[in-house]
Amino acid sequence: MTTTAEPVRVAVPPSGGLLDRVLKMRELAILAVLVLMLAATQIDNSAFLSQQGIKDLLLNATILVLVAVGEAMVVITRNVDLSVGSVLGITAFAAGDFLQGGGNPLLAVVLAVALGAAFGALNGLLVSIGQVPALVVTLGTLYIIRGVDSIWVGSREITASVLPSGFVDFGHNGLSALPYLAVLAAVVLVAVAYFLRNYRSGREFYALGSSPEAAGLAGVPVRKRILAAYIACGALAGLAGALYLARFGNVDSGTGSGYELTVVSAVVVGGVAFTGGSGSVYGVALGALLLTSINSVLPSIGVSSVWVQAIDGILLLLAIAVDRVLALRVTGVLRKRAAETRSARHG
Amino acid sequence: MADTDIGTGTDSATPFTARPRSFRIGDAVRWDTVVGALLLVLLVCSFSFVDNFGNALNLSFLIGNTLPIALIALPMTLLVVSGEIDLSVGSTAGLSGAVMGALWNAGYPIETIIPICLLLGVVCGLVNGLLVTRLGLPSLAVTIGTLAAYRGIAQIVLGANSVTDFPQQYLDFGSGRIAGTFIPYAAIPWAVLLLVAAVVLHATPVGRSLFAVGASEEAARFSGVRVKRLKLSMFVATGFISSLTGVFWVLHYASARYDNATGLELSVVAAVLLGGIDFDGGKGTLGGAVAGVFLLGALQNVMSLVNVSAQSQIVVTGVLLVISVLGPRVARQLSVAHARRRTLTASAPVPVATPAGHT
Repeated sequence: MTTTAEPVRVAVPPSGGLLDRVLKMRELAILAVLVLMLAATQIDNSAFLSQQGIKDLLLNATILVLVAVGEAMVVITRNVDLSVGSVLGITAFAAGDFLQGGGNPLLAVVLAVALGAAFGALNGLLVSIGQVPALVVTLGTLYIIRGVDSIWVGSREITASVLPSGFVDFGHNGLSALPYLAVLAAVVLVAVAYFLRNYRSGREFYALGSSPEAAGLAGVPVRKRILAAYIACGALAGLAGALYLARFGNVDSGTGSGYELTVVSAVVVGGVAFTGGSGSVYGVALGALLLTSINSVLPSIGVSSVWVQAIDGILLLLAIAVDRVLALRVTGVLRKRAAETRSARHG
Repeated sequence: MADTDIGTGTDSATPFTARPRSFRIGDAVRWDTVVGALLLVLLVCSFSFVDNFGNALNLSFLIGNTLPIALIALPMTLLVVSGEIDLSVGSTAGLSGAVMGALWNAGYPIETIIPICLLLGVVCGLVNGLLVTRLGLPSLAVTIGTLAAYRGIAQIVLGANSVTDFPQQYLDFGSGRIAGTFIPYAAIPWAVLLLVAAVVLHATPVGRSLFAVGASEEAARFSGVRVKRLKLSMFVATGFISSLTGVFWVLHYASARYDNATGLELSVVAAVLLGGIDFDGGKGTLGGAVAGVFLLGALQNVMSLVNVSAQSQIVVTGVLLVISVLGPRVARQLSVAHARRRTLTASAPVPVATPAGHT
């Protein structure tokens, strides 16, 4: 890294600054859209951003934020995990079943996280050791985990009435407009973001996603990092499962099915590219918040809820298209600038 | 070094190192022939041991229920061979079904509705293809987006209604079978399409170009293949067949709803991958894909007959899918390791082979 930076020192500061600005712009853009949307809705319907309204917005986003942050870690390494919806479903039921039997709520959450991590490890081992495409493997485990879940759950379901009241309260209450669940999600978010940004192993996730071959040659323990990303993703899906239980109190064998597409949408809208090696989890959290907010905004401004899915899809397409156009612009500018400095030095 | 090579799990590197060495083993037992043989074994066993499997009604159910997957699997195979994927097929089918229902409710004759629906499928495929080829976006991300978008539009078009009162002769075509046999009418157009797809993929320059693009897009472009146009036409074909499937779905189940064919994309992808079509592109045969489709379909049918629960069937599908990708790769790695050991013990290592193994 340092040796290559030496000869092009002239070019580095401007290009670095520009890239930085663009990456920051990506998150700012989502934030702007989000704020704009919420402000417009507030003007239209003044009851929208009441204390309860804000609390609902945050509560709705919490679970998606957690799963999407885990998914982002996997996507940053240029892989994908489609089994998160199934993992969320099975861990939510596992936690519920444990609580129904009179278990300790804290232990139930730990159990859900551990179970999620185990499924993540299974995915990670298949992808990293088995060397098979992540999409196919996790599509397979999506089926397998959902099937195991259905066999185990059968026609049973967990309802809020069998859960300890403290657990259910935790899922609903908060410090005025700030739900406990959102606080928990924010803590996880900041921790993951700090890890990815400041730790050597965190940076290696990005290196791995940018170019697996180069990362391998540079001494990054590729398999170990991919495995770690999958375990983290599974564990967060497990945590989200436990929180899902606390929030909704109602879990059956269909819980979380089809969720993977929402999660992937949030990740991509949040600016983590499928090609790996770029994006931040803050962007992903904003993306998740944006997606879930749309679901609350549309009904409150009188748009029928049938529009929600189409708008979600179009938003996703718009996000990746804008990203792509932006990236092409940036490489164009960088190339021109590099050419200029080169000719200046030669001249 | 060998460890990192394996650990990256990347797509372009390994096939090239493995191909020359595993050639002999690969020729003897190819994955698609294995799947075909498995299908034969399953059919023979089911005919002899499973009650009611062999009767005409059950066989026509089997084929009728598998036909939507079998239809979409044809263009999907071509698409995956060229290194792309389309996850919006189920939504495209749902959308064309929803539009069919809405137009029928509005009083249009069915002879104009069906062409409109097919045209709509072409447009859906065109949108996917243009986003992928002109903007250079990954097809996975694009088609996840259009998966949601098309389904959403279907919901807007038809809402929660369901339309069932289509003309009887069309419904008969969708669910009836040829007199005296177990073959549904709709299997005939499918067979024609299968023939077309097989000829295109395996006996025309277009098919060779698809394999070339899937193996190395850049090399294909430099050798004069019009990559973008080729891929675009494959997306359009996939959209067209998906809408055809949507129309068939409506007629077969006599119901147009916005959530028709939900999740069909996963079944199609699972069947195609099970048939040995490499997800990285450039490999596979149409025969393998068709065998994969009917292996999954027959397996589900048999499991239902012997009272295996629907949930266990999901598990079996998943396990098969994982094995189908894991099996060939593990076999290839073993044969590569075997060949490497043999060259090492036999004589001095071949100088050319070593760098090739790590690029």
